[in-house]
Amino acid sequence: MSETATNETVTSESRRQIEELTERGYQYGFSTDLDTDVAPPGLNEDVVRLISAKKDEPEWLLEWRLSAYEAWTKMDEPDWAKLEIAPIDYQAISYWAAPKNKPVLDSMDDVDPEIREMFDKLGIPLHEQKMLSNVAVDAIVDSVSVTTTFKASLAEAGVIFCSFSEAVQDHPDLVREHLGSVVPVRDNYFAALNSAVFSDGSFCYIPKGVRCPMELSTYFRINSQNTGQFERTLIVAEDDSHVSYLEGCTAPQRDENQLHAAVVELVAKDRAEIKYSTVQNWYPGDENGVGGIYNFVTKRGRAHTDAKISWTQVETGSAITWKYPSVILQGDRSVGEFYSVALSSQRQQADTGTKMIHIGKDTTSTIISKGISAARGQNTYRGLVKVMRSAENARNYTQCDSLLLGKECGAHTIPYIEAKNPSAQIEHEASTSTVGEDQLYYCRQRGMTEEDAMSMIVNGFCREVFNELPMEFAVEAQRLLSVSLEGSVG
Amino acid sequence: MLHVENLTASIGDKQILKGLDLDVGSGEVHAIMGPNGSGKSTFAHALAGREGYEIGGTVTLDGADLLEMSPEERAAAGIFMGFQYPVEIPGVNNMYFLRTALNSVRRARGEAEIGARDFLAVAKEAMSLVEMKQDFLDRAVNAGFSGGEKKRNEILQMAVMQPRLAVLDETDSGLDIDALRVIAGGVNALRSPERSMIVITHYQRLLDYIKPDFVHVLVDGRIVESGDHTLALHLEDHGYADFVNTELNDAPERPLAGASS
Repeated sequence: MSETATNETVTSESRRQIEELTERGYQYGFSTDLDTDVAPPGLNEDVVRLISAKKDEPEWLLEWRLSAYEAWTKMDEPDWAKLEIAPIDYQAISYWAAPKNKPVLDSMDDVDPEIREMFDKLGIPLHEQKMLSNVAVDAIVDSVSVTTTFKASLAEAGVIFCSFSEAVQDHPDLVREHLGSVVPVRDNYFAALNSAVFSDGSFCYIPKGVRCPMELSTYFRINSQNTGQFERTLIVAEDDSHVSYLEGCTAPQRDENQLHAAVVELVAKDRAEIKYSTVQNWYPGDENGVGGIYNFVTKRGRAHTDAKISWTQVETGSAITWKYPSVILQGDRSVGEFYSVALSSQRQQADTGTKMIHIGKDTTSTIISKGISAARGQNTYRGLVKVMRSAENARNYTQCDSLLLGKECGAHTIPYIEAKNPSAQIEHEASTSTVGEDQLYYCRQRGMTEEDAMSMIVNGFCREVFNELPMEFAVEAQRLLSVSLEGSVG
Repeated sequence: MLHVENLTASIGDKQILKGLDLDVGSGEVHAIMGPNGSGKSTFAHALAGREGYEIGGTVTLDGADLLEMSPEERAAAGIFMGFQYPVEIPGVNNMYFLRTALNSVRRARGEAEIGARDFLAVAKEAMSLVEMKQDFLDRAVNAGFSGGEKKRNEILQMAVMQPRLAVLDETDSGLDIDALRVIAGGVNALRSPERSMIVITHYQRLLDYIKPDFVHVLVDGRIVESGDHTLALHLEDHGYADFVNTELNDAPERPLAGASS
């Protein structure tokens, strides 16, 4: 029964997406000549000024970008992660291209057969497949009302949800107050780069006492179509508000840009709650690791008094993943959570984890990390639990489980713990296991194929994290994991 | 129904089964007894298709060559093995596991899959056989189960799978007398003219509850003696000493009370 319900949700969602896309096509038209508008490769102050000017930004934002650029020029790429990365030529990248519509295809027959096969395996409905591949669709008349209802109910609740560029124009004070308040421009090399050149992203504002009436997922999945390689997201939840936000998509995502450096900032004010879920399936490269996406992400939230920030991530894509969604537990009794499934197969390398910075009294953090390594994948959990002197009675529970499939892969667990207050209670549990021959044999004796058995065992391993995902995505994430593991058996 | 002829099994240089012959007719229950290390569990795994053994000889089920089949194909053909050490699968819901198992073999046989609602009815009936409570289905497969619960779960699975041939490998090990009674009750309820069973055990005790049609003594990779249930009683009194460290043709005279079919 629940499966049916999920399919219905997905269908109505895809209808919304189609509608949104169609609408956007009309909005921008196809006749504009923005296409030719591409900055020459290389990064310097002029490029930063160009980006800001193209986006018609206020002076303060240009200054902010320039300070970030200046900081970036004085920084070095971090080299502490357990990642082998070919050198990145930052001067070979073009940092500005005008937004453009993806080419519209006539039918699904024009879509890469490999991608189509993946869609089918993931069980993505045809309408959504078309939307994701930008195949022309006939807009269904009555679905106009779906989009309208969606926008109307957000507006009625007072929730602002728009592209970052729109927010800069329409809500400059809100952006100015919070931008960089959690991830300062000098935070790290990739955050500085992003701050200097970010293209677009999302902005979300939940007013006091408002419980956002829906998961902010559908909308984002439309927005994510052309956000580019330097994406910026800012979510502000005012006192006593609540929002669940979902980014990404289980469908395979290809991109001509190899380097991606996104920044996400969350601000949860007193008693507010932000739940942020990610499904990341960027192109991982071929079996030799050629062509995959390099994903350097800075994600951090600040939790004020009695606030709660929860990160859930399912990372199956990208050649390189460098990502540590973190929570600054600033207010007393604030809560931080991190639930992660990271899969490294083929030649993929993931160095991912979290930072929980306890500042307020009676703050609590929970870390559940499930790393899966297959083929020649390398998976590292790197986490920091830091308890400041002020954080009386801080508590942390960390559980890091690694699963190895095969003999050429690797799993590494690197937990850092710094406790400056003696009342802190910190628990760390770690395990490394393999999918046992015994488990596979047991399942096969009960009639399951080896691949079905493997998929079941691995999904069981990730259960605690999948339980944290919104229902509809939990189902897709399970399929995604199974598909990603195909061919890793034996 | 099951025909085993000159079955050999070895791991590396070590030969464990050395030419085992056995015929099991439809509806029959055969007990296999023997001392530690005689090859009882290896025989069970050879029937179920565990990888890692070098296998020789002939095994057919209803005429089909079992040795050519993968473990999952054997399951679809109707082989069920009750494990001596049931495996834990953390995070996988017991009910989901059972339904996936049943639907896997149904699919392989070209039968329609069974829906969640209908399956619940099947599972409930099976659970009553082994006196299990509903919450049992909501737990992860064998994870954190007591020894008795694990063995009961095996019989529950057997009741759901409705196999043609059940091979129960030391299903009685680690059970107290109450659990033994429950499990034997479940097994007896599943006896039918269409279903055969091979019950592997160390002890006569189990056979007080599950009365076999035939008893075989397995020593050093061969069946050295076959008889009816009185053979088990004899073993209870005399142990395996008569058969161990003795050449086969030196074995003491004993009336054969029933022939293996």
